[in-house]
Amino acid sequence: MAPVLSVRGLTTVFGSGTQELRALDGVDLTVHAGEIVALVGESGSGKSLTGFSINGLLPGVARVTGGSIRLGEVDLRTLSAREMRQVRGSRVGMIFQDPMMTLNPVLRVETQMRDALRAHSTLSRQEVRTRLIAALAEVGIAAPEQRLRAWPHELSGGMRQRVAIATALLHSPELIIADEPTTALDVTIQGQILALAQRLCRERGTALVWITHDLAVVAGIADRVSVMYAGRVVEEGPVDAVLDTPAHPYTRGLIDSVAASQPKGARLPMIPGRMPLLSDLPQGCAFAARCPRRSPLCETTRPEPHPTGAGQTVRCHHPLTEPAGAVA
Amino acid sequence: MAEFILRRILQAMLVLFVMTVLVFFGIHVIGNPVDLFASSECTKACLDEIMVNLGLDRPVWQQYLIFLGNLAEGDLGRSFTHGVPAMSLIWERFPATLELAVAALVLALVIGLPLGFYAGLRPDSWISKAIMGLSMIGFSVPIFWIGLIMILTFSVKLGWLPAIGRGDLVTVFGVRVSFLTLDGLRHLAMPAFTLSLLMMSMVIRLTRAGLREVMTSDYIRFARANGVPEYRVLGWHAMKNLLIPIVTVLGMEFGGVIAFAVVTESIFSWPGVGKMLIDAISVLDRPLIVAYLIFVVTMFVLLNLVIDILYSLLDPRVRLGAGAA
Amino acid sequence: MIIAERPSRLRAFTRAFFNSPTAAIALCVFVAMSLAAIFAHLIAPQDPYDLRSVSILDNLLPPGEVSFGGMTYWMGTDGQGRDMLSAMLFGLRISLIVGLASGVIALAFGTLIGLIAAFRGGWVDALLMRIVDLQLSLPTILVALILLVILGRGIDKIIIALVVVQWAYFARTVRGVALVENARDYVDAARGLRLPPLRILFFHILPNCLPTLLVVATIQMAQAISLEATLSFLGLGLPPTRPSLGLLIANGFDYLQSGRWWISVLPGVVLLVLVVSINVVGDRLREVLNPHLRG
Repeated sequence: MAPVLSVRGLTTVFGSGTQELRALDGVDLTVHAGEIVALVGESGSGKSLTGFSINGLLPGVARVTGGSIRLGEVDLRTLSAREMRQVRGSRVGMIFQDPMMTLNPVLRVETQMRDALRAHSTLSRQEVRTRLIAALAEVGIAAPEQRLRAWPHELSGGMRQRVAIATALLHSPELIIADEPTTALDVTIQGQILALAQRLCRERGTALVWITHDLAVVAGIADRVSVMYAGRVVEEGPVDAVLDTPAHPYTRGLIDSVAASQPKGARLPMIPGRMPLLSDLPQGCAFAARCPRRSPLCETTRPEPHPTGAGQTVRCHHPLTEPAGAVA
Repeated sequence: MAEFILRRILQAMLVLFVMTVLVFFGIHVIGNPVDLFASSECTKACLDEIMVNLGLDRPVWQQYLIFLGNLAEGDLGRSFTHGVPAMSLIWERFPATLELAVAALVLALVIGLPLGFYAGLRPDSWISKAIMGLSMIGFSVPIFWIGLIMILTFSVKLGWLPAIGRGDLVTVFGVRVSFLTLDGLRHLAMPAFTLSLLMMSMVIRLTRAGLREVMTSDYIRFARANGVPEYRVLGWHAMKNLLIPIVTVLGMEFGGVIAFAVVTESIFSWPGVGKMLIDAISVLDRPLIVAYLIFVVTMFVLLNLVIDILYSLLDPRVRLGAGAA
Repeated sequence: MIIAERPSRLRAFTRAFFNSPTAAIALCVFVAMSLAAIFAHLIAPQDPYDLRSVSILDNLLPPGEVSFGGMTYWMGTDGQGRDMLSAMLFGLRISLIVGLASGVIALAFGTLIGLIAAFRGGWVDALLMRIVDLQLSLPTILVALILLVILGRGIDKIIIALVVVQWAYFARTVRGVALVENARDYVDAARGLRLPPLRILFFHILPNCLPTLLVVATIQMAQAISLEATLSFLGLGLPPTRPSLGLLIANGFDYLQSGRWWISVLPGVVLLVLVVSINVVGDRLREVLNPHLRG
């Protein structure tokens, strides 16, 4: 079956001319219908930027300069602004990080949802209302008629995120990009939102890209995972394989630094150093400076992606072979 | 809501009371209006008679109490020079000032909003830079000088527009207005534009700054991510957020515009309350000066109340009943 | 460490300021105009206050005209035969004096009130801030107008009026900054060291208010000059014997209808350039000193 989304060699830059910074460098991403792919990385790794590159909502200083973004049969990069507008909301939905900021504070929930609905359909007033109430009910909002009339500040964070999800799902898009939608929420609410998103995508066969920095979330929700570092995907594969037998030392470091992966009382290992700045990317592997396994090769030559035995693809000259946690 | 309004009204009355004290006693210090009325052969007796007629023979505090008592009945005394109640003079001339001020407000919005929007959307284009430069000049230049330049250009050199006075009037709902006649519009154009410059510059700057902030917000991205058409995103989702600071500032400035009309009206001989004030000052017509001040301050206070209510309508986060407002 | 940092901070500030060519030009223009005003008595071709040097026969000459006495009036003459160039130089001087004096006095007074409000707190703060609010809610022109009606004409009177309408801006600014700074860790640390309150005030809090004050002062000075011109134009500011730029413009107003534009327009241009250059400098200062407002 053809994937819903197939991103190949996506390159996105900030600025221009001599000041040009490569924020994304040859990112590949494939998502099938009904599949949940997690995009993991620290802040600044380019995971959110990948999301915005796909639906064409990059901030003014950034632009896509290379690669292809195929949604079904269409390469989104070839579309005009007008055509792209038609795609957004109807074929690609997006859920944002902070529900406090996502809803327009001065417009009622109804106005915002109605505008989203009317963006791709012509419905009568009454039909709009019925659809919106149904949409809110579907994401588990009680008394949807009243919530529809509410102002965003009258709703709790979890409630707002439900509204945002309901809005993104209005036109049953083939693809949803969720940009850390649970980070800003309480842990208990996080679980509910996760479960909700998972259920809706499974039911409708929606492809879901879940951007997060939280490996626990990844383990709980995703089918596949792509680990990003300094604008590149360093490891990609089925969730179980990547989490159990990480091939890239960076993935390994991430997993080890999660408390649950360590025996009680043990000191949490950390990855030393920090991610290089975009303006200061090394010639070879971007992770080399922090890597326990680096060799002179790593500092001069950039590793290309290659498959491992366990079903992952990894960008590393010296991939790991033993399972995580075996050597603490 | 009712409690909020009541509290605001009480505050307003306190402000008004303080103002009456300041204005009344302040004005009392200046000049001797009796000289104005006395002819050269006026004797002591005739001077005293004038004093009694004007109520100036009593101690100041008594005069003030009488003034307050009359004020409570809406009577602000008689103009020394015109011999008619000061309030009736003000009511007679206020529509002209209001028309001028509203025209200036409309011009500021109609011209300022699109320019500010453009400058906010394309901050690096040279047109935007020109717009911002012009707004800086609009901020800096004393408006009377702009008025002079306009008279020089459009009246003296080009002869397109009349330099002074108000044009033909028509009566609409009992109010005589000039903006519905061509002659009236021709007279209104220059004074209104002159008066609007400051507000226009403000609108441009607020719109630009606000838009640039709003456009990077998540909720605009969210609207776009949902495929909401750009005209709707900019024209409503962004606009409603922009309007909050603009309405607030314009509301506060509108009183200032009425006050600045003093200058514009003097230049263009516009028959409003501002010109009346300058004339009253030059002849020390105390009741008229005091009446004007009380009138303008009252208007201010009412205006601020209206803005607070308007503000709460625009920004649901500031609901009046919430108390914190 | 702070002392060691100072020169580099100043240099960084200067470099940032001059990064904008517009601001650099504006500053140069302002400095040049100030110098012209200071040395007006040396560079002006004529003493416009000395009636003996003014010939009524030379009145209303357009710019560039040569008088009977063989003097070239590069900027023309006014209704009394005064050389406009000289009148403008002296007018500029008066405008600048008024703007600067009122600005400095308002700054000092406003800062004092602001600091008192911030440090006394309680009802003193509440009362002072009510007064500030009241002051700021009334349009400046109206307050100044009334004050001048009461006080009469004169350079000292107009400075008083301008101070009255300006001090509140400074007071509010200083109070705001002082409250923020007062809550900062370094002030707590200074208190922990048992430094005397006045020392904390002058060496720790006030220096941190300075950048904001500088910006406000610049903008207020431009405002003051503009307002003085407006009031003089309305016939309420300065005595006609010592005309400021505003009064010069007003004098020319009567001749405008007959096409003698230079008497009004030229002082207006000077006023415009002066106020715009101060405002540009102020804007740049704000951008450089307050990174939050950079946009």
